[in-house]
Amino acid sequence: MDPRPAIDLRGLTRRFGERTALADVTVSLPEGATLAVLGRNGAGKSTLLRILATLLRPHGGEAVVLDEPLPRRAWALRARIGYLGHEPLLYRDLTGRENLEYHARLHRVPAARIDQLLDAVRMGARAEDPVRALSRGMAQRLAVCRAVLHEPRLLLLDEPLANLDPGAAALVEPLIGRASGLTRVLTSHDPHAALREADLVLGLQGGRPAFTAEPARLDPARVEELYR
Amino acid sequence: MGPPPHIHGRGLRGLAVATTAVVAAALALVFFYAPLDSDQGFVQKIFYIHVPLAITALCGFVLGGLLAIAHLRGGHSRWDLRSYVAIHMSLIFAVGALITGSIWAKASWGHWWVWSDPTLTSFLIVVLLYATYQPLRFSIEDPERQARYASVFAVVAGAFVPMNFIVVRLAQGVVHPRVLTLTGGHLPGSMRLTFTVSLIGIALLYATLCKLELSAKRSRIQLRRLRRQLLGEDAVGYARRSAAPS
Amino acid sequence: MRTVAAILRKDLVLELRTLETVPAMVLFSLTTFVIFHFALNRATVAGQLAAGILTGTLLFAAMLAVNRLFVAEREQGGFDAFLLAPVDRSALLVAKALALFVFLAVLEVIALPAFALLLLGPSLGRPLGGLVILLALADVALAVVGTLVSAIAVHTRARDLIGPIIALPLLIPALIATARGAGPLLAAHGATLPAGRWLLILALYDLVFALLAYAVFDFLLED
Repeated sequence: MDPRPAIDLRGLTRRFGERTALADVTVSLPEGATLAVLGRNGAGKSTLLRILATLLRPHGGEAVVLDEPLPRRAWALRARIGYLGHEPLLYRDLTGRENLEYHARLHRVPAARIDQLLDAVRMGARAEDPVRALSRGMAQRLAVCRAVLHEPRLLLLDEPLANLDPGAAALVEPLIGRASGLTRVLTSHDPHAALREADLVLGLQGGRPAFTAEPARLDPARVEELYR
Repeated sequence: MGPPPHIHGRGLRGLAVATTAVVAAALALVFFYAPLDSDQGFVQKIFYIHVPLAITALCGFVLGGLLAIAHLRGGHSRWDLRSYVAIHMSLIFAVGALITGSIWAKASWGHWWVWSDPTLTSFLIVVLLYATYQPLRFSIEDPERQARYASVFAVVAGAFVPMNFIVVRLAQGVVHPRVLTLTGGHLPGSMRLTFTVSLIGIALLYATLCKLELSAKRSRIQLRRLRRQLLGEDAVGYARRSAAPS
Repeated sequence: MRTVAAILRKDLVLELRTLETVPAMVLFSLTTFVIFHFALNRATVAGQLAAGILTGTLLFAAMLAVNRLFVAEREQGGFDAFLLAPVDRSALLVAKALALFVFLAVLEVIALPAFALLLLGPSLGRPLGGLVILLALADVALAVVGTLVSAIAVHTRARDLIGPIIALPLLIPALIATARGAGPLLAAHGATLPAGRWLLILALYDLVFALLAYAVFDFLLED
């Protein structure tokens, strides 16, 4: 196992004008492990994910992701991370297949991979329908395909199972779940489900880290406190 | 608690005194020293305020663009604040140039507006463009993005200013000669002296007003920062109007 | 290059499928011609007047497209999708400018004959070649400035209002060159080629703004 961590953050800070969205976040995640980020709405979970995804620049502190320091080497990192945010990032007037083809061209991925993924999430039949005609669950499945299309090494998942029924959730599990074996950072509205999956838990409160611990050593009361 | 509070506005008093002195000297020269123009009479003296206002405004716009480049390259918000103040003040001076130009046109030609002067026309276009600077700023909510986008605007607009002047001159200068100038740039010595002093006076006025505005804004930002440190994040209300508070 | 092609293809497919922008530009232009007929109370126009009406109408129609250019990116997460890709970010500028150029070209294919039919007195046949060259350069100007301003405006609150008020003053030099260049072409027994001066001005304007846009575009995308 590579001793260098997949993610190494020290004192990470991000502001929005006068408001501090993240302050002093320090965490280290080994490769292949899963980090769960917990906290209330507005605690900074999505901001942290977006920084890791290179969509936002950090304003302070240090961040090294997959051996690339951010923000300097953000461009080198993009091919190796997969991001699944709140929005599916799909054009509603294009079909599922056309959307994936667009992303495939941007990421230089061969077309065969699209079919492979569509079959894996059982969206092959509906791939020729425009995204606006799909249910949110189906759009989410397509979004998962988009996120893993280029075979990333690191997955950043912002509430990945939102809008997915248990059947669909089972379909995407091998792609973005623990079974994928990839390094993952995920947030979830359901702290208990997140704790089951995680190797490491980071609790955020008002942008600041409340605790960093392994789930086994975590006192449930501290998790409750986050959401109070 | 952070670095000791900075006293803003150092040097402002000296600058203001210098400005007052030069402006007073310029006024004296304009009214008592400069000769009366044979064609246009007394009204020609507007030239001594109109052209310096125009020149200062134009340099100010270009300066705003240069400061914006510094902001984009370095990312420090103080450059953005300087750029904002430079452009804001230049816009005011440019409107002043338009108004004095219009008065001069009325007095010389009987019309409040003439299309045949390329400089005046170019100024109108430039004012129309820079008048969108503040609406643009205030319609972007994220402060970092606001500063960045404003700097992009300032750079593009700053590059646009000289190009605009050249094209308008080419379009109109061919048919109509420039009307609101004097003898094709050959100023007699006394007029040249008066003009130079006026130009320096207006430029100093620009610098003083910019420094004043910068000091006021910086003090306010510092105050807000201190309040936030002492009283907590939520004690300080959201700043509605401003350029790059931090 | 391949990135530009991918984005351009996506935008053209989207436009063909939704038909949002180009039909609106065409209808707007045709209606504007009708309005000018009534506003000026003239059956035909020629020379500089015709050039002014044509150029002004194309300019305002371009503003419609400018307002829509990045809306899908903004509302459907297209910016994020692009920013996550390991590609040169200027490709977005080039692709969008090309798309806007295509929209304008399609508009002119319909609007020029319509103009000749509805309002123009002299025949369009002889000066057509010269006019096309002039408009091609003008379209580059509209495309580059339009894309740049659209990218600025799309993140503001007053999106549809901010775009035109910034773009129009910026485009005035291009408008001057286009309208003055077209004036003699649209006159009865007029010229067949626009004066070199106006073509030169347009070409220089295009070059300057293309370089400017290329230099600043990255700053509009980053966060």
